[in-house]
Amino acid sequence: MTSVLYDAPGPKAKRRNLILSVVFFVLLALLLWWVWTVLDDKGQLEWSLWKPFTTSDAWTTYLLPGLADTLKAAGLAMVIALPLGAVLGIARLSDHRWVRVPAGAVVEFFRAIPVLLLMLFANEFFARSTDVSSADRPLYAVVTGLVLYNASVLAEVVRAGILALPKGQSEAAQAIGLRKSQTMGSILLPQAVTVMLPAIVSQLVVIVKDTALGGVMLGFTELLNSRGTLAANYANVIPSFIVVAVIFIVLNFILTSFASWLEARLRRSKRSTGAVLGADDVDDLNAGEVGGTLGTGAEK
Amino acid sequence: MFDFLSNYDDPSLLGAFWVTVQLTVFSAVGSLIWGTLLAAMRVSPVPLMRGFGTAYVNIVRNIPLTVIIVFTSLGLADIFGVTMGAPDNFETKYFRLAVLGLVAYTAAFVCEAIRSGINTVPVGQAEAARALGLSFSQVLRLVVLPQAFRSVIGPLANVLIALTKNTTVAATIGVAEAALLMKEMIENEAQTLLIGAVFAFGFVVLTLPTGLFLNWLSKRLAVKR
Repeated sequence: MTSVLYDAPGPKAKRRNLILSVVFFVLLALLLWWVWTVLDDKGQLEWSLWKPFTTSDAWTTYLLPGLADTLKAAGLAMVIALPLGAVLGIARLSDHRWVRVPAGAVVEFFRAIPVLLLMLFANEFFARSTDVSSADRPLYAVVTGLVLYNASVLAEVVRAGILALPKGQSEAAQAIGLRKSQTMGSILLPQAVTVMLPAIVSQLVVIVKDTALGGVMLGFTELLNSRGTLAANYANVIPSFIVVAVIFIVLNFILTSFASWLEARLRRSKRSTGAVLGADDVDDLNAGEVGGTLGTGAEK
Repeated sequence: MFDFLSNYDDPSLLGAFWVTVQLTVFSAVGSLIWGTLLAAMRVSPVPLMRGFGTAYVNIVRNIPLTVIIVFTSLGLADIFGVTMGAPDNFETKYFRLAVLGLVAYTAAFVCEAIRSGINTVPVGQAEAARALGLSFSQVLRLVVLPQAFRSVIGPLANVLIALTKNTTVAATIGVAEAALLMKEMIENEAQTLLIGAVFAFGFVVLTLPTGLFLNWLSKRLAVKR
């Protein structure tokens, strides 16, 4: 589409594009120059602030344990939310009204609430009604909040994944006399898992990003929280922010690329039914959760 | 049963949700403008702008919103001295910083939604416009974007709902919106479940009608092809 918007540039257009490029470049350069001078003024560029990241100490004491906690919370949340989401998603497809309606209500309810509210509530609930130690409580609260929210998003993913399968699959299953549970368990679900694999990986990006919320609001010792401790120790606010942001970007970029690769591979594969639930489809299902579920964003 | 609500005046329950609404509205307007500009950059004939748009979207989308919001306070305000025109009024300062962070983050998603909308406009439309001799900006302004916006209301509605929920992240830098009040209340009052239900209800009220209305609108305005 991009190239369709404009003709191949002629001499006049070329000159205009060149002028625009130069103006834009100057603006960008000015911005960068301002950032650089301020950082220089505040002494944020001094090597002593960056040096900690070249030593193993900063990594083994702060960043890696933080990253480990981020991944632990995200992994736990995904592992628990997936079966829960599958149950809810299948329940929403039930033939029985009394199963379908409550499942739908639960899914819509938890998708409408910010995940932070769920975390705060879970934290207080664990503090008052259970004997989870106060050291473990942030992890429990973060995982609970993430599970409640993501189970309902994954329920929609599962539902869409099953609906994306060709109708002939369930018709054939019925024709050979399988019961409804057999059709679901041995025909539809196994194929739907393949269909929704890219979507699940994309959702993992959303989960990883949401763990940072627990770090600030609940004192969960994930990456962003460890950055605070690290910066308190070395007084390197800007360098620590840049390093932590880069870690998040690399981690999420790997996940996003993996999801796109899976999607492309599944679309090509001859063994499947050809139905794939891509990241873009899930974006709409996600009740608009602004979470990186899109493709790589390459020029089309 | 709701007696405890009278203990909270500054902000009150409604006051806190009003801040949430304000955060949502200001950020929505800002991110719509910035996101549209980014989308225009990403499809423009100038390679440098295209590169910038792509880099911006891919970087911002992969950073947690929490990191961005916390950075507006600890980085932008404390180190860069960006006070958003309110150096002494902390409430206004952090409110505006939160809006800035939300705009920066949400614009990346607005950009992608609009770009996918531009991709739904049939090639013939742009070709016909070019055949009439319209320039790039005329093609975009008069022919492509009006159609793209109509097909993009659905995806943009999703972004808006997500933005409404994401405003709670402003609590991390102390903006007195709904989530921060909930944290305070739930820690001090005995009725954990009731407080959770009240705030959950508030967000359902905010997001559900918006979603239903915009869904209806997107169906009504969809370009029939």
